[in-house]
Amino acid sequence: MTSPNMPDPKTDVLANRDRIVEDLRDIVPGEGVVDATNQMRAFETDGLTAYRQLPLVVVLPETVAQVSRVLKYCQKYGIRVVPRGSGTSLSGGALPLEDAVLLVMSRFNKVLEIDYDNRVAVVQPGVTNLGVSNAVAERGFYYAPDPSSQIACSIGGNVAENAGGVHCLKYGLTTNNVLGLQMVTIDGEVIRLGGRHLDSEGYDILGLMTGSEGLLAVVTEITVRILQKPETARAMLVGFPSNEAAGQCVADIIGAGIIPGGIEMMDRLAIKAAEDFVQAGYPLDVEALLIVELDGPEAEVDHLIGKVEAIAGNNGATMSRVSTSEEERQTFWAGRKAAFPAVGRISPDYYCMDGTIPRKRLPEVLAGMRELSEKHELAVANVFHAGDGNLHPLILYDANNPGELERAEEFGNDILRLCVEVGGVLTGEHGVGVEKRDLMPAMFNKDDLDQQIRIKCAFDEQHLLNPGKVFPELRRCAEMGRMHISRGQLPFPDIPRF
Amino acid sequence: MAQTLGGEMFRPETEDQVLEAVSWAVSEQAPLEVLGHGTKRGIGRPLQVANGLDISGLTGITLYEPEELVLTARAGTSLEEIEARLAEHNQEFAFEPMDYRALLGSQDRPRGTAGAVLATNLSGPRRLKAGAARDHVLGIRAVTGRGDLIKSGGRVVKNVTGYDLPRGLSGSWGTLAVLTEVTFKVLPRAETEETLVVSGLNDADAADIMAQAMGSDAEVSSAAHLPESVRGRFINGALPGSAATVLRLEGFPSSVAYRLGKLEAMFAQHGSCSRLDADASRALWREIRDVKPFCDGTTRPVWRVSVAPGAGHQLVAGLRLQTGVDAFYDWQGGLVWLRMEGDDEAGPVRDAIRALGGGHATLVRGSGDLRNHVPVFEPQEPALAALTRRLKEQFDPQAVLNPGRMWAEL
Repeated sequence: MTSPNMPDPKTDVLANRDRIVEDLRDIVPGEGVVDATNQMRAFETDGLTAYRQLPLVVVLPETVAQVSRVLKYCQKYGIRVVPRGSGTSLSGGALPLEDAVLLVMSRFNKVLEIDYDNRVAVVQPGVTNLGVSNAVAERGFYYAPDPSSQIACSIGGNVAENAGGVHCLKYGLTTNNVLGLQMVTIDGEVIRLGGRHLDSEGYDILGLMTGSEGLLAVVTEITVRILQKPETARAMLVGFPSNEAAGQCVADIIGAGIIPGGIEMMDRLAIKAAEDFVQAGYPLDVEALLIVELDGPEAEVDHLIGKVEAIAGNNGATMSRVSTSEEERQTFWAGRKAAFPAVGRISPDYYCMDGTIPRKRLPEVLAGMRELSEKHELAVANVFHAGDGNLHPLILYDANNPGELERAEEFGNDILRLCVEVGGVLTGEHGVGVEKRDLMPAMFNKDDLDQQIRIKCAFDEQHLLNPGKVFPELRRCAEMGRMHISRGQLPFPDIPRF
Repeated sequence: MAQTLGGEMFRPETEDQVLEAVSWAVSEQAPLEVLGHGTKRGIGRPLQVANGLDISGLTGITLYEPEELVLTARAGTSLEEIEARLAEHNQEFAFEPMDYRALLGSQDRPRGTAGAVLATNLSGPRRLKAGAARDHVLGIRAVTGRGDLIKSGGRVVKNVTGYDLPRGLSGSWGTLAVLTEVTFKVLPRAETEETLVVSGLNDADAADIMAQAMGSDAEVSSAAHLPESVRGRFINGALPGSAATVLRLEGFPSSVAYRLGKLEAMFAQHGSCSRLDADASRALWREIRDVKPFCDGTTRPVWRVSVAPGAGHQLVAGLRLQTGVDAFYDWQGGLVWLRMEGDDEAGPVRDAIRALGGGHATLVRGSGDLRNHVPVFEPQEPALAALTRRLKEQFDPQAVLNPGRMWAEL
C-alpha cells in the first residue's frame, strides 16, 4: 500500500537510542523493555497490516507509576510515544513511528473490582472486551459495546477508538458505557475522571478522551457500566429483492418506534461469501438480507417480532425466519460475524472501509458505490450496521496485480467522500488513525480542525503522543495560540439588542 | 429579558450575529454573560460582567427526521417547541431534561433552550438507564471565545471522526464556546408506563431494593427513594403512607405488566407494594425530576450530589449527625437532593463525598452571597484543575465567555 507521510524522525532521538533504552530499563525492569529487532516485529503493525514500521523501542509497563515515569521521561527529552492496546485498530491508530517509544498496555490485564450493587466493573485497559463480559457472566451481567474483534481487542483500545458493535443502536457506544477513567498525561500527572457516579462534573474530559485515538493521554484504569442480560433475545433473517427495499424496511421499523437490539444488513456478494464459509442458513436468492435481533421479556419479543414481520411484508420481503433456539440465533449471527474473513476467501485481498450515512440516503450511496465500482474496476461487498447507518464496504482487490492496490485506496477514499457529501461522516467506529487522516478536510474546515488541534495542545503541547495520526498536519501550539481580531471594531449596529 | 449592569445586551438572531458579538467582546476585551431564557441563571458563581449575549432569539428547528431519530435546532429554540414537535411523532429526548424553574423561582420564563440543555448537561430520572444530554448529542455548531465559528460531530449516531467536541462542550456552562446549533438523537416515547411503590423502607433497605431491581432483567428505567419527610409533598400526597421506594417501568403495555409482576414477586416480603397508573406515574416522575419538595420559594441552599448509587444513603446518614438536612434520592440513590437548614455546609457535604469514594456536589440554589464565597461546583484536584484551565485557554484565552461562572479562576 502506498506509504503514509509520517512526521520526520527526530535525529537526536535516533542517535541516542541506546541511552534511551537503558534509561527505560531503569524505569521498567525485567522483560518490560523490548529492543531486539526480531522481537519488535510483532509490534510493527496493527490491524491495518498494509502499513508497517518498527518502533524505536517497545515498553510494556506494569504499574501506573511506571507509565507516569516513562511519560515524564519522554516529555523531558522530547521523545514521541505511541500507546497501544491489543493492536486490533483498523485505521493504523497504533502504527509505530521510527523514533517513538511504543507503549504497550497489555500487562495491565486485571479486572480490579466488580460492584454488582452499583453495576460497574473497574478494569485495567489491557483486559479484552469479552474478558469484561466473561468476568460478570456468572451473575447474568455483560458489557454492552461489542465490536467484532471483542475476543481480542482491549478495553483501553475501545476507549481510545470509542468502539461500537451491533448492540450500539439500543445500548450505546463505548462513550455511553464508561463512567470513569484514570489516565496519565504526557507530563506524568495521574488524573481521575468520573467514577462510579453517573455524572462527571466540570468539562467533559471523559467525553473528549473517549475516541481520542491515543493523542491526549494514556488510560490506566476504566470504570464501565455493566448490564443485566435481557430475559430473552431472538434473531430474524429477512430477505429482500433489493437493497432499497431492505433499507426502507429498516426505516419503517424505527419509524414504528421499535429499537431492536441490533439490525445488520448484507448485500448479495457478502451473503454468498458468508454462507459458503459458515453455512448459517442464509438465502442465496435475495439481493439483501437483514438480521434483526429483538431482546427483552419474551412476551415483548414475540409481540415485536410480529410487528417487524408485518413491516417486512409491506416492504416486499421474500423470506423471513425467526430463530427458535439460542443455537439458531447464534448461527444467524455467525455468518455476519464471519463476513470479513468470508470475503477474504473469495478475494486475494480486501480493504475494509468504515463510514456512516443518514440511513435514508442508503439507496443513493449504494448506487454511487456501484458506479465507483465500475469506475475503479473493482468489486465491492457490503455488510453494515443498518440500524445506525454505519457502512463497511469491502473492496476486493489483488495486491499482486500492479496498480490494483492504489485503485482500491482511491475507491475507498471516493466512498468516504460520498458518505460526507450525503451528510455522513468519515468514520463510524474504526477511527481516523493514519488511514483517513488526509481526508479530514473533506469534513472539517480549517477553523474546525484548528480548534481540535487546540484541544491537543491543552493536553500535549509538544505533540509527543501519537503524532501523525488523526490530523493531516500539526502546527506548533504557540503558533495556534494567536488571535487575529483587531481592536477598534465597534458594537455591531445590526445586532438586535436592548 | 435579561438585565445587565448597564453594558451592551446583544440579542442575535443569526449565527453570524453571534460571531460578530463575540468578536466584539474579544476585540474590546469585554466579557459577556451568555444566556438563553435565563432559567438557570441562579446556578454558578454570580457574574460580574457588564455585557450580555442572549441567544434566545436564535430559534428554529432546522432538521427533524423522525425515522432517522435525529433533530437539529438553533441554540435558542425553546424546549417547549422541541418537545411539542417531537410529541407529534411520539418521540422525545430520552434523557428527560429537568426543569429548574420552580426550584429557582424562574417560572415566569419559558422552559429553557436547546443550547442550554447541552451546555448544562440536563437530565432527569431516566438518566439511570438512558443517559444525560451528553449521551444524546450528535453534533454542534458554536462560536468559541476566540471568535471562531466551528462545527463538530454530525447528524449520525456512529461517528468517531476527530475529538468528540459535542460531548466536550456538554456541561461547560457557556464558558468555552457559545453554542449556535445542536443536533440530538431522539427516541420513540414509551407506549405506557407504570410505577411500583414499595412502602415503609428505611433509606438503607431502600438502597438494597433499588440495587436488586436495577440488577434484575425487569428493565427498570428509574428508581428513587422518597423518605417520609418528603413523601407527602409529591403528587398531592397521593403516595401511600410512610417512605416510598418507587420503580418506573416503561414500554409496551403487556411487557410493562409482566415486568411489574416480576418485581412485585421479588419485593412482596420487603414492604407493602402498590402501583401507580400511567398518569400518576408520569406526574410523580416529573415532580422527582423537578425536585418538587424543595420548590418552596426560598433561597435556602439546595445541593445536587452525585455519588455511587449505593453511597447516597450513607452520605445523608453521615450529614444528619452534623447538620439539619432534608433529602431524597433519585438514580437508585446516586443523585441526592439536599436541602440544608444552615447556610454554609459545603465543607461537610464535600468531606462526606470524599470519604465515600468520590463524586461531586453542586450548589444549585443559594443566595448570591453564599454562591460568592462557597465553591458552587466541586473543587478539582490540582492536575485536573490545571488541565481544565488549559482547555479554557485554548477555547477562550481572554476569558470573555461567562468568566468565573464555574470556578473563580476560569
